[in-house]
Amino acid sequence: MGEYFKNIYKAIVTILIGMGVTWRHLFTRAVTIQYPHVKRELPPRSRQKLFVDIDDCIGCFQCARACPVDCIDIETVKAGKEEDLGETSTGQKKRLHVVKFDIDLTKCCYCADCVFPCPTECIVMTPKYEFSTYDRFDLIEHFSAYSAEEAEKLKERDRKEKEALAAARAAKMQAAPKPPSSDKPGPSA
Amino acid sequence: MEPILQFFYNLVPGLADLPLWIAATIVGAIVVVAMFTYIALFALIGIWLERKISGHMQDRLGPMEVGGWHGWAQTIADTVKLLLKEDIVPDKADKPLFRFAPILVFAAALSAFAAIPWSRSFIPANLNVGLLYILSISSLVVIGILMGGWASNNKWSLYGGMRAVAQIVSYEIPVSLSLIVAVLIAGTLDMQQIVLNQSGSILSWNVFRFFPFPFIAFFIYFIASLAEVNRTPFDLPEAESELVAGFQTEYSGMRWSFFMLAEYADMFVVAAIATTVFLGGWQAPFEFLTFIPAAFWFLGKALLIVFVQMWLRWTLPRLRVDQLMYTAWKVLTPFSFALIVFVSLWKIL
Repeated sequence: MGEYFKNIYKAIVTILIGMGVTWRHLFTRAVTIQYPHVKRELPPRSRQKLFVDIDDCIGCFQCARACPVDCIDIETVKAGKEEDLGETSTGQKKRLHVVKFDIDLTKCCYCADCVFPCPTECIVMTPKYEFSTYDRFDLIEHFSAYSAEEAEKLKERDRKEKEALAAARAAKMQAAPKPPSSDKPGPSA
Repeated sequence: MEPILQFFYNLVPGLADLPLWIAATIVGAIVVVAMFTYIALFALIGIWLERKISGHMQDRLGPMEVGGWHGWAQTIADTVKLLLKEDIVPDKADKPLFRFAPILVFAAALSAFAAIPWSRSFIPANLNVGLLYILSISSLVVIGILMGGWASNNKWSLYGGMRAVAQIVSYEIPVSLSLIVAVLIAGTLDMQQIVLNQSGSILSWNVFRFFPFPFIAFFIYFIASLAEVNRTPFDLPEAESELVAGFQTEYSGMRWSFFMLAEYADMFVVAAIATTVFLGGWQAPFEFLTFIPAAFWFLGKALLIVFVQMWLRWTLPRLRVDQLMYTAWKVLTPFSFALIVFVSLWKIL
């Protein structure tokens, strides 16, 4: 019987304590941030959207190689002998036309592994995080400074140069005496 | 019908020239529409308030966008959405029962408004058994809920419906017994008479008379009425974490919103009964405040109780079924019996 009344007493007291807690919280300041109207300041070094300063890119492919999800797609064309592509802001000579520098942000995992190997520090993480689109193909960012036609032209030139080179080499091979055949089996590939 | 007819005769003198049956029909239709409008408005504001209160009690803000000022139009937007929803009746459901259940639940809630005294002259039906009428008509809700739960042909709905029956039937007993305590003091079941019996200052309200017996009865009534209207901590019939949505699982669109409307109407009804029976109804707490209209006091007291209902909802977790039954049968019922005995003795001696 004593237990019964003690339980009732306990129930009443604990309910009142609980109501006191909720009453206090009714008047404490809400922790909500009204997101689209109020934006929270991001912590320093937060990793959001990638950005490439293409003027500084030397087309070294180190970022593409470092990427664990293969989201960086680069194509380069060698500069001609008489062409001068200038220098990067870090003083490195640019020797390649970067005709294509695409980052597929749908694949990007925001690890920033591409940022560290970059010799010219041209690929960086920005604090920009609002870049949703209606079409997911819009999430493939094109950073190359060359238009599609220019890129095509440069690639065409490159192909022709390579063809000419190959033709020259073939002609040289034809002219040269046949080397003694070696039937050494290559490594199976 | 007499006082409300008189009220409308005073408002529109032309009505008195019409034959009684026409005047009564017109007045009745107006009152029903007014009550329905009131329930709809109360649900709109109540749901918004509930969201805001729950939000702030959890250190959130609640709805903030729709309508500009603190999301005041959020429930209006939700109502429009509900109106546009597809009306789904499950293939294997018992269709007539399924369609009838929300109507019955809401009709029971609406008819309880008939005997609620809003002021000295405004009481839709001044019955001499008003309290008994409200108690019996609001018991109909349980049939509607079981009907919906059974007709849905869904195990969650059936569980919810059966829990609702077990809960509401059990808690009807402490509700009636605790009201009997006040009825013993007033000596009448007439709602208006009960209110008039408490006239005077705040100390002549039933809660403070024969202290502390009706005071305890008031709390017993409040706890049991929470279970009557299926609100947390007694929301076992809905229990979204266990039973999806309980008896409402298969309902959608307008049929569902009628259940929702009935829940809020019932919340108001139990608050109105508590106000009338224990808190002096439409009477002002002090003599010098009587210049403020009676409806203000009535609404203010009832809404205060509704606020406490919401407050409790966001404070307490849901009870287990056995705890629910323990509370009803082993705590509330014996206590209200004891209170009846004490008050009767006090009255006699």
